[in-house]
Amino acid sequence: MAKAPLLRPRPEGLYCSKGDFFIDPVTPVPRALITHGHADHARAGHGAVLATQRTLDIMALRYGADFADSTQAAEDAPLNVNGVEVSFHPAGHVLGSAQIKVSHRGRSVVATGDYKRHADATTEGYEPVRGDILITEATFGLPVFRHPDPRAEIAKLLTSLRQFPERAHMVGVYALGKAQRVIRLIRDAGYDAPLFIHGALQRLCDYYVSQGIDLGELRPATEDRAAKASYAGQIILAPPSAFAAKWAQRFPDPLIAFASGWMQVRARARQRGVELPLVISDHCDWGELTTTIAELMPEQVWVTHGREEALVRWCKLQGIAAQPLNLVGYEDEAE
Amino acid sequence: MKRFAILLERLALTPARLGKLRLLTDYIADVPDPDRGIGLAAITRDLDVRTVKPAMLRELVIARVDAELFSLSYDYVGDLAETIALIWEPHGPAAELGLAATVDRLNCAGRAEAPALMTKMLDGLDTSERYALIKLATGGLRVGVSARMAKQALAGFGDVDVTEIEELWHGLSPPYSELFAWLEGRAEKPVSAAAAPFRPVMLATPLEEGDLAGLDPADYLAEWKWDGIRVQATSEAGVRRLYSRTGDDISCAFPDIVAHLGFEGSLDGELLVRRADGSVAPFAELQQRLNRKTVGKALMERHPAFIRAYDLLQDGAENLRPLSFADRRARLEALVPTLGPRFDLSELVGFRGWEELATARADPPHAVIEGLMLKRRDSAYVPGRPKGPWFKWKRDPHLIDAVLMYAQRGHGKRSSFYSDYTFGVWTPQDELVPVGKAYFGFTDEELRQIDKFVRDNTVERFGPVRAVRADRDFGLVLEVAFEGLNRSKRHKSGVAMRFPRIARLRWDKPAAEADRLETLEAMLPA
Repeated sequence: MAKAPLLRPRPEGLYCSKGDFFIDPVTPVPRALITHGHADHARAGHGAVLATQRTLDIMALRYGADFADSTQAAEDAPLNVNGVEVSFHPAGHVLGSAQIKVSHRGRSVVATGDYKRHADATTEGYEPVRGDILITEATFGLPVFRHPDPRAEIAKLLTSLRQFPERAHMVGVYALGKAQRVIRLIRDAGYDAPLFIHGALQRLCDYYVSQGIDLGELRPATEDRAAKASYAGQIILAPPSAFAAKWAQRFPDPLIAFASGWMQVRARARQRGVELPLVISDHCDWGELTTTIAELMPEQVWVTHGREEALVRWCKLQGIAAQPLNLVGYEDEAE
Repeated sequence: MKRFAILLERLALTPARLGKLRLLTDYIADVPDPDRGIGLAAITRDLDVRTVKPAMLRELVIARVDAELFSLSYDYVGDLAETIALIWEPHGPAAELGLAATVDRLNCAGRAEAPALMTKMLDGLDTSERYALIKLATGGLRVGVSARMAKQALAGFGDVDVTEIEELWHGLSPPYSELFAWLEGRAEKPVSAAAAPFRPVMLATPLEEGDLAGLDPADYLAEWKWDGIRVQATSEAGVRRLYSRTGDDISCAFPDIVAHLGFEGSLDGELLVRRADGSVAPFAELQQRLNRKTVGKALMERHPAFIRAYDLLQDGAENLRPLSFADRRARLEALVPTLGPRFDLSELVGFRGWEELATARADPPHAVIEGLMLKRRDSAYVPGRPKGPWFKWKRDPHLIDAVLMYAQRGHGKRSSFYSDYTFGVWTPQDELVPVGKAYFGFTDEELRQIDKFVRDNTVERFGPVRAVRADRDFGLVLEVAFEGLNRSKRHKSGVAMRFPRIARLRWDKPAAEADRLETLEAMLPA
């Protein structure tokens, strides 16, 4: 009879009974291991939290310093949690993001959290980690998702800026990770004019800068109510939800762009009223997902949040045991 | 191909007309011949491309991708061409193939060669190029650009009047190299060589308050303005064409008219359809016959078309346009009775002074009349919309007071404003029923006020749409102006408005005192 697996899904999240902890639980638990700082993975109110220092910093920025009863920063060396060995490895998703490897008596499971392998100057690079079981995300787990070179997407934005110099270019970005990556890409494309940011991005941008990631000159887009015309031909970055709010009414003839992997599908762009879709994602595309599985060749693949069905199908075609893991509470790139 | 693919992507998601025009003008400026002309023709669908069946492309994909993965993907994306473009994994090196060369290859390939050709081309393209190629090859290019808009982009590019483009258009064919050469100042204006060419239309300006005071009634002739579509019917040297007022050839949709173009010349008139009793039908019935590539016999019999003639532009070899309207009219009156039952003459409205004409305008003899036209007796027929020789004096719009029920966020510059309004009137059961939707007519300041009202009084949300509080005791009353009312099976209220717009905000009016459905029903045509 097969032994009980090291991790199993519970309503609160992935649970390790040997070590009595959860990974990325969606409700408060006594002991939580957190992969990264996005709100659907990192929630406030747990007892003890173990995560990378940067993830702990980000959680403190978002929820206040007392977001948990106690915290511990994961070091490079593996840790022992109630007799179970736990190690954190860069996931390449956002700053501080990690995969978590759990090992016990010679058996191991790797939970990727959210990850990507495309180059990104604003996060630690993904590191392949072997385990008997690979628990992979599948946000973009369909063969139609092949993320293009993000530099070409940024070139589209800069072209549009030249074409429509009288319009404020509003770029929808999530506050953690996407915002800083897009800013860095804009800088790398040679655009060094000030960028205007929505207040919701300020603290996280400051944090990235404090970690040595240069974002150039950022100005708040929340002041100067009178100077509407001054935003013509400027780039304004904001969480996408801000575009429907009265906040957006201060900008001249806004041109709505949105940086997201979902922008690959035209209907998605159209539904959201996006004029300029920028296909830039912090998740693996289909090629990265399948390459990773083929490279690591785990005994089993568990597929979670996203389009599980297609990735499970692909594994079966390759002769790799795979099953969907129906965890609830994780959003598709926070939509 | 890359530049064309980017253009398609931008056009498809750019809602504003001016934005589309700029994208087109930039494309024309950026791309060399012959690709730019081929691209333009592809967008306006004036290009002959030998098409392939979507089913064939699907088979090509299934040969490479697991059928189940394909079907999961198609379910998600929802559009076959897009699914194939996204899922296709390129093999081999990227190939930069020009648009004209691509179209050439498609047209030269036989049926048996098409699959191999498509495979080869798809393999060398990136995602957006693959999408463009598939849309091109399956005949599915629809990006909301009319021939009219393309002509305006060309006019803007060359800084010429759009009527000059319209006049030339039917003598030209893709890739329009001689047209671009002229627009770039590298060559003389091309000479229109087409038989039965389009003659740019003369338009009227709206009569403003106070205009009449400065006009002498003796200088003008008046006729009714009919609510159909303005057309130009031309028959020259065996070529017969029916043009819309922007120069689009709509002959295919009206073979019943074309068959009776038994004269040599070109006339200007209103296209209308008749009812079974011979009377002129409202616009809604004419609409059944518009925007069709072909037309069935049953439809033609149910809505027979005819032309009510306004003007004569060409009579045999003689160009009448420099003559006075009075002289052209005399020639028209002589011609029309010889043309048979598909043509009649737009009658003149006799009047001695403006007051008498105003009385006639207030009570026109037919429901399908929109108002009056005033034309100077001595006016030559000139293209465009000069102010002075011709005026349109429309009937006052209908007005009702309706209650705002739903508001939807707009696009582009209005994406943070609730700017599209659905409004309703009271049923006999004292419930509100939607009767129309309007998104213009108000000032920017009024837009801000309504936007605030919507945000403050939202009772329910459906995506970008908000339901606002609207009941007997509370609601925003909008004075809505519209041109006419038709019966509608699609709307719960049973009525559909033409050109509804917001005339005034009635903050002062209690919602319970807005109009009732019975009032609208009484306005319906018999």
